[in-house]
Amino acid sequence: MKLEGRVWIFKNDDINTDLIYPGKYTYEPLSPKEQASHAMEDYDPDFSQEIKKHDIIVTGNNFGCGSSREQAVTCLKHAGIEAIIASSFARLFYRNAINSAFAIVECPRLVESLFEKIEKTGSTRTDFLISIDLSKGRIFSESREFSFPSWDEQAVQIFKSGGLVEFTKQILRGMPS
Amino acid sequence: MAQTLIEKILAKAAGRTRVQKGEIVFVSPHRILSHDNSAAISKIFKQIGAPAVWDPKRIIIALDHAVPPPDERKALNHKIIREFVQEHNIEHFYDCGTGICHQVLPENGHVIPGTIIFGADSHTTTHGAFGAAGIPIGRTETASVWAIGKTWLKVPETIKIILTGHLKKGVYAKDVILFLIGQIGASGANYKSVEFSGDTVSRMSISERMTLCNLSAEMGAKAGMVAFDETARDWLDKRVQEDYEPLSADDNAEYEKTFEYNLEELGPQVACPHKVDNVRSIIDLPHTNIDVALLGTCTNGRLDDLKIAAKIMEGKSVAPSVRFLVYPASRSVLQDALRLGYIEKLVAAGAQLAVPSCGPCLGAYGGILAPEENCISTANRNFKGRMGCKQDTGIYLASPSTVAHSALAGHITDGARR
Repeated sequence: MKLEGRVWIFKNDDINTDLIYPGKYTYEPLSPKEQASHAMEDYDPDFSQEIKKHDIIVTGNNFGCGSSREQAVTCLKHAGIEAIIASSFARLFYRNAINSAFAIVECPRLVESLFEKIEKTGSTRTDFLISIDLSKGRIFSESREFSFPSWDEQAVQIFKSGGLVEFTKQILRGMPS
Repeated sequence: MAQTLIEKILAKAAGRTRVQKGEIVFVSPHRILSHDNSAAISKIFKQIGAPAVWDPKRIIIALDHAVPPPDERKALNHKIIREFVQEHNIEHFYDCGTGICHQVLPENGHVIPGTIIFGADSHTTTHGAFGAAGIPIGRTETASVWAIGKTWLKVPETIKIILTGHLKKGVYAKDVILFLIGQIGASGANYKSVEFSGDTVSRMSISERMTLCNLSAEMGAKAGMVAFDETARDWLDKRVQEDYEPLSADDNAEYEKTFEYNLEELGPQVACPHKVDNVRSIIDLPHTNIDVALLGTCTNGRLDDLKIAAKIMEGKSVAPSVRFLVYPASRSVLQDALRLGYIEKLVAAGAQLAVPSCGPCLGAYGGILAPEENCISTANRNFKGRMGCKQDTGIYLASPSTVAHSALAGHITDGARR
């Protein structure tokens, strides 16, 4: 599976779930479009207007730390983000992403190489293009190539099923009734 | 081979004798909890299309976030949950006002040692205080467990934290865990299990251990636990109806890292905006005025927390520039605090007393900050915008003692004269 897109750089570590999707919307039943309109609201208020479909986010350590709120994943997915590449992800964000069949990649070397190109911290929309080969564990960026470790086998199965809802349906079909 | 506590708990929950670090196991929880997010979870559960929930006795729902609901949308959210509870005969449902899920579960005897408690809330780590693995998961995963009764986990590495020494007067479990988060960092225990031990921990009450385990989430921990002992037994035996089998780590178990701290010289700590690992000793903090003081939440809304604050505030008045908000963690805590006169003292000092709930901690509603305001809080997160407003607001996290002294003074202080 190949993913391609233009890069947003979030040059920070520990970008938390409140910055990605504010707590005040968490207990409102919002539509995917409404969720997308609040994506990254408290980090970069212009993000949701400027984003283009297939954009890829590149960010630092511990992305998505904090709350278990799944909208932190789904708001970015509904906004059209193709994938997130981070130095590392917080555990709950990682699981929520796999369960929503949303591509996340841990590749600190690529993050480092792109962070070097941007002076300021915070959010920057760039013209860099990235392509990710998920099955081969390869990233191509600015004529360089990087590799990343594959997910756990179970995560791969859930992702390939199209997310945990579909995966659970498969398990239910196989269970004695 | 010798095993850590999480390894033993996962092996048991997977029906195995042992597990290996890094291995994937399918495990069944003893309980799975959720709260106001149960409406969203029930929607996903319907998409999955299971004919019935896996076990209506093991699914626990407590409404605690938007309580009582401030608007029609949130009221409807609760209504959807009550209808789901009826339809699926969910045995243990705690409606608005009972308290915060992490308080209500153990109070009602639902948490036992040696088991897994899954929770659709990041502070599910709290249940580690009882020697259980409280493991947070997301909404879709909760819906999946409701349907099939299990999910996968990777057997994590374990970090051992040994705490020794008597704490100084005015220093509490909250100061200890804030100090540890400052040392270990916001991602220092990411994907890992944490075991707290040492004589300082052995002397801690269950409430203090809950504070410790609750905030291990802020180091990224998958679970944070204190091994079962007599203190836990005394507490549980008053509340738990079923038999349980406590587990403990083997003496020569293999830890990824071991940290040891002597805490005799530790002073009160404050987590400064906007990260929980941005921790300073209160003596190093510049003069900081506050507008709001919050006492409560799953981190520090228990009886001993209210007692500490009541003792400090007795016969005094909150500074005129401060709104002092008190949110007991549960109805049971509130009733005890009423009976013991703590509430009387706090209200007389100027506290605004609220219904037991999460309150302003996550900015869903109630006690929201205005631009340029500061809050000193006993809660668990100080992220930008967390209390509903991000415009030049600052949230400082501290112990109930520091919050009470600060509410009286109008600025952040532990009450000591220097």
